[in-house]
Amino acid sequence: MALKQWLLAGLLASTCLVTIAAAGPIENYSPVTADRLKNPEPGNWMHYRRTYDGQGYSPLDQINTSNVKNLVPVWTFSTGVVEGHEAPPIINNGVMFVATPAGQVIALNAKTGDEYWRYKRQLPEDLFQLHPTNRGVGLWQDKVYLATTDDHVVALEAKTGKVVWDTKVQDYKKGQYLTLMPLIVDGKVIVGGSGGEFGVRGYVVAFDADTGKELWRTFTIPGAGEPGSETWQGEDWKTGGGSAWMTGNYDPDTKTVYWGTGNAAPWPGDIHPGDNLYTSSVLALDPDSGKMKTYFQYHQNDSWDWDEVDAPMLVDLQKDGRTIKSLIHPGRNAIFWVLERKPDSIKYVAGWPFVHTDVWKGIEPESGKPIVDPAHKPVIGKRVEFCPSLWGGKDWPSASYSQKTGLVYVPANENFCGGFTGEKVPLVAGQLWLGTKPEDIGLTPRPGATHFGELQAWDPATGKKAWSHNFPKSQLFGSVTATAGDLVLVGGTNDRMFRAFHAKTGELLWEQKTNSGIMAMPIAYEVDGTQYIAVQSGWGIDAQRIQDALAGKVDGFENNVPQGGVVWVFAVKK
Amino acid sequence: MLVFSEGERAGDVIKPEDLKAGGPPVRAWPKDPKTSVVRMGSRLNEVLVVKLDPAELDEETRSRAAGGVVAYSAICVHTGCPITAWVKAAGGDKDVFKCVCHNSEYDPRQSAQVIFGPAPRRLPALPLAAGDGPLTVAATFIGKVGAQQAR
Repeated sequence: MALKQWLLAGLLASTCLVTIAAAGPIENYSPVTADRLKNPEPGNWMHYRRTYDGQGYSPLDQINTSNVKNLVPVWTFSTGVVEGHEAPPIINNGVMFVATPAGQVIALNAKTGDEYWRYKRQLPEDLFQLHPTNRGVGLWQDKVYLATTDDHVVALEAKTGKVVWDTKVQDYKKGQYLTLMPLIVDGKVIVGGSGGEFGVRGYVVAFDADTGKELWRTFTIPGAGEPGSETWQGEDWKTGGGSAWMTGNYDPDTKTVYWGTGNAAPWPGDIHPGDNLYTSSVLALDPDSGKMKTYFQYHQNDSWDWDEVDAPMLVDLQKDGRTIKSLIHPGRNAIFWVLERKPDSIKYVAGWPFVHTDVWKGIEPESGKPIVDPAHKPVIGKRVEFCPSLWGGKDWPSASYSQKTGLVYVPANENFCGGFTGEKVPLVAGQLWLGTKPEDIGLTPRPGATHFGELQAWDPATGKKAWSHNFPKSQLFGSVTATAGDLVLVGGTNDRMFRAFHAKTGELLWEQKTNSGIMAMPIAYEVDGTQYIAVQSGWGIDAQRIQDALAGKVDGFENNVPQGGVVWVFAVKK
Repeated sequence: MLVFSEGERAGDVIKPEDLKAGGPPVRAWPKDPKTSVVRMGSRLNEVLVVKLDPAELDEETRSRAAGGVVAYSAICVHTGCPITAWVKAAGGDKDVFKCVCHNSEYDPRQSAQVIFGPAPRRLPALPLAAGDGPLTVAATFIGKVGAQQAR
């Protein structure tokens, strides 16, 4: 064989190997319809929280309290990137789509772990990523939708990963970016912008799923003369924050999207006097027009960086002898909120602190407005301390609701306080604009603290805590998922563990040490009659920030959590 | 040449005597002395310039320094944030560069090697020419400026 022929043969052989390794395209892909999104099959996970109501509950019970001790890894897959992996694997009839930091989407055979295809966003070299993550892909018909940190929404062909359309949302050079999983409602791809630390004006925007054409855009802060603009002074609204960086939930019966909004900007409230609508709120939006039907503001004149972007769960709550169409939201502001959703209003029902706070003196019973203690509200020119810390009682990681136990499971952080000195600084487009020096942000354990992370189970009807599991040497920074097998699944700790708790008692039933720490949302799915549990392990961003801030302050607090993402899939050993 | 990129003297050419010994660093843009063009079209061009005690510099760093003045890319190689802080190292007494986005720290005395945090490699150094008068750049960046991409 001549050298040239030999080289050619070698090249062909290696090409074949590549083809075998990546088995795509996907055959027999199940198109995603409005009906399937409304009533997803029990074995699938097609929404951020599996269902439009955002409960984070799987009806699968093959893996349950009696056999979870036999849970073993079935396959794993390295994502090849570092930083915080925050996306739930998205499952559609045996196909898994994994989104990772750096704008990757990996399509895998959910049973075998074989790769079908991989999309790698080519991010601009000068992009500056404060939250270098992605929280998942939305599904509609034969397409997959990715929101990117360079502020585009991209539609990919589900079978091949080929780009169908790519729409610029805003300018990443001005600090606009996207990290959320798109919400898909009747052929619309709905996303909200990040960038609350860059002096942006938040918005929620919808695109046509087929063409990528923008259909509507609703700002979370009213413009001059619009209702709510009276809660701002001067030009503050133009840079007032209210970013909308997490996926909304949806009530198909009333055709209402519920979307959480972020903190007011910059942080100290006396820089932007007023209630600052609609920051730190939940908005009720019409998905056809984007029109705001109503809203509820969790706290006024935010001064603590307390985003309330994790959308409230929609739960039919039995309380005081009647069924309440409720919205349930354990807030970053330390208040566990129970609200009632009505066509033209969102009413306060109940609220209580679920972790220690010195910021609130109470809640006004009619309006549901929390009453602030000015001694713990950050201002310009003075160092102010407050509890909980700026990461709040619960940050963006999601709580879950079990339809079987009627309990809400909250990944809470207790005994963290914080503080900073407010400072008026000019806004420079595309640069951090916090209203304090970043290096001045404090995180302090509360004196006498016995633990930090706390997995809590609350009865939302009575406000009673059913159980809690404390983590003495770790924060708890990961989303929680509940299953009909009476399991509560969560990572979130700096010992790299993935855990299953008994939903009724809080007993720790199973744990597995993984490659890195877990911030992402666990999921349950089923293929060919076998139930699996999956999660991405990959530590970074705020879980890492909390850890860095506590290094040396708490004896035995683990500071070495290796980074690097891996998808883990578990099943019960037969 | 290098010019101030911010503050009251933005655009002015930087001389060694403009820098305070021991830091903090100043932020700078390169300026082409022939065309007078300030290379500020991309944020990837911004550099940190700091004057240190030459005796504290390791050999490699000293070879690229003008006296005790060293220059590095201002862009954190972790996820591309601007490095803005000059603070005591998490594990030491000396002031170092810190990126407040994700807490990576770099020691400018030792070729800006990573001493804390998630950054995977050193900051690219910008060699300076020794001599009197304004600081001048002696060569292109050593290493790739900016953050890593997905592999």
